[in-house]
Amino acid sequence: MGDTMTAKAFVFGDDINTDYIISGKYKFKSNDMVEMAHHAMEELDPNYFERVSPQGGFLVAGSNFGMGSSREQAPLVLIHSNTKAVLAKSFARIFYRNAINTGLPVVECDTSLIDEGDVLTVDLEAGLVHDETKGIDIPFPPLPPVMAKLLADGGLAPHIRKNGGFAL
Amino acid sequence: MPDMAGKTIAEKIFSAHSGVDAHAGDIVIANIDFAMSQDGTSALAIDAIANMGATGVFDPSKVAMVMDHSCPSPLEGVSAIHAKMREFGKRTGVRIYDWGCGVCHQLVPESGRITAGDLVVGCDSHTCTYGALNVFSTGVGSSDGAAAMVTGKLWFRVPETIKVVYTGKLPAGVYAKDMILALAARIGVDGATYKALEFHGDTIESLSVDARMTISNMAIEVGAKAGLMCCDQKTLDWFAAHDGGRVPAPVCPDQDAVYAQEIVIDVTQLTPRVAKPHAVGNGATIDEVAGTPIAQGYIGTCTNGRLEDFAIAAGILEGRHIAPGCRLVVAPASKDIFLAAMEAGYIQTFVKAGACVVTPGCGPCVGTHNGVPSNGENVISTANRNFKGRMGNSNAFIYLASPATVAASVLEGAIADPRKYLCEQ
Repeated sequence: MGDTMTAKAFVFGDDINTDYIISGKYKFKSNDMVEMAHHAMEELDPNYFERVSPQGGFLVAGSNFGMGSSREQAPLVLIHSNTKAVLAKSFARIFYRNAINTGLPVVECDTSLIDEGDVLTVDLEAGLVHDETKGIDIPFPPLPPVMAKLLADGGLAPHIRKNGGFAL
Repeated sequence: MPDMAGKTIAEKIFSAHSGVDAHAGDIVIANIDFAMSQDGTSALAIDAIANMGATGVFDPSKVAMVMDHSCPSPLEGVSAIHAKMREFGKRTGVRIYDWGCGVCHQLVPESGRITAGDLVVGCDSHTCTYGALNVFSTGVGSSDGAAAMVTGKLWFRVPETIKVVYTGKLPAGVYAKDMILALAARIGVDGATYKALEFHGDTIESLSVDARMTISNMAIEVGAKAGLMCCDQKTLDWFAAHDGGRVPAPVCPDQDAVYAQEIVIDVTQLTPRVAKPHAVGNGATIDEVAGTPIAQGYIGTCTNGRLEDFAIAAGILEGRHIAPGCRLVVAPASKDIFLAAMEAGYIQTFVKAGACVVTPGCGPCVGTHNGVPSNGENVISTANRNFKGRMGNSNAFIYLASPATVAASVLEGAIADPRKYLCEQ
C-alpha cells in the first residue's frame, strides 16, 4: 500500500454475482488460478482477460458487487487477470472480506460518473480516485483499520504466518 | 446509553464468544465452535493453512470437510481436489465426509457437533442455514475458514439486525420457500447486506425444523450474514434426535433489542411464488408465470432436499408420471434422508413418476454434473440460486420454487399451481 495505481476502467453494472466473476463449472475443474483467470468475468465479457491482463485495469461496478457464493476463486481470478482493484458503489460482504484476505484492494465509492476506458489513478491511503479522463476527483472513506492492516500484510494468510495468529 | 440497550441474538452470541460487551458495529475477535469447508473451497483452505505456517487445526473435533458439490467425481481436476481433502484428513484427524454422505449444510447439523448458541463458520455461502437452529453461522471464504481452523478464532464486525416477523397460518400449497422468496422480492438481493436477519412470529413457530432451515438457508440471497431464529421445543427435540454430546445454550433477543428495521409479512395473503431468471429477487406469483414451458425439474439441495420436502413432492407425484419431454432430477440432502425417504416410499414414488434419483449432495445445483440443461431450456428448481449459468449452461433459464410447485410443474411440463393437486388428495 502507499503507492498510487493508474490504469483504465472496465465498467460493469449492479449485482455482479460470483458465478459471473468465475463460473462454478470452472471452479471445480482445477485449482490453478492462473489458468482459471482466463475465464474471469466471462459470462458478461468473454474477452475480459484478454482486454485487462496486458496493461492491468480497474474493475468498476455499481452496487452489491460480488453477491452470492463464498468462493475465494472470485478475487483470485481477478488478481490473476491483472485487475488492480475493484471500485463499486457497494459490495456483498463475503466477497469484500475475501478480496482483502487475498490482497485485492476494494474501493467503495460513487462510480456513477466513471465510464468505460476512463484512465483512473487510485490512492488507497489518501482515499481518492482521480478520473484523469474527466478531470474529477472521487473521494472514498479509507478502509477500516482491521482491513487496512490485513491488506498491508499482503492478506490474511501472510498476516497469520507473520504474527502466529490474529494481531489486529 | 448503548451499554443499557437490549441485545439482538447476534450481539449476544458475539458477546459470549469474544468476552466483550459487543454491540452492532463493533469489531471483535471471537471463538469459533465449528468450522467447515466443502470440495469447492477446501483445496484453497488447505493451501491457506499451509501458507499460515500451520500443519494442523486447532481442534480436529471442531472441523469438518465435506465432498458434496461434485460427487462422485466427474472430472480429473475434482478427483485431485478430493484426494487432497482425504490426505488432509488423514494427516490432521479432521473428519472428511466422502462421496454420497450428503450436503455439508445437512451433515454438519446432523453430526450433532453444533448446538444452540454456537458461532460457526463455513466456506460456503449457505452456512447461514444453521441460523434455524439458533446458531450464528455464516459463510466465509477459504482464507477466513483456514484462519478459523488454525486459530479457533476469527474477526467479525458485529452486524446490525433486521427483524422479520411472519404472522398467520400458511394457506394450503404455500410453504417456507414461498415465505423466503416473498421476502427476497420485497427487500431485494442486497436488502440485508452486512446485516443479520432474525425471523420471528407465529408462522415461524408453526414450522418444522426442516422448513425453518429452508428460510435461514436463503438469508444470504438478500445479502445477510446470518438468518437467526429462536430455540424452542422443536429445536431442542431436533438436537436430541441428533445428539452429539453438546448441551444447547439457547439465545433469545432482549425485549428492548435495537433493530435496524422491522418487516412484518402476513402469510395468510401469500400464494405460491417463483423467482424468475436470473435473480432470486425477480419474484412472481404463480399466476404470473403458470404455463411457462419446463424441460427439467430439480428437487433437492441444502434449501429443499430434506424429508419433509420429499414428503410434499411425493404426495403430488404419487401415482402420476411426469409429462412427456420433461425430466426430473432428485437429490437427497443426506444419506440419512435418502434412507428415511426409501423407508417412507418416497424414492419409489419419484422413480415410478419418471425421476432420476442421484447421489446425496448438491446434485445439479452448481452446474458441475447430474443434469446440466441444454440451450434455451427452462428449469424449475428447489435450489436457492438462479443466476445465469448457475446449472452449467449460460443459455438456460432457471426458475426457483417450492418442492410442491416443482412437482406440479414437471407433471404438466409447464409451471403449474400446486394447489390443484392438493385439493385432489
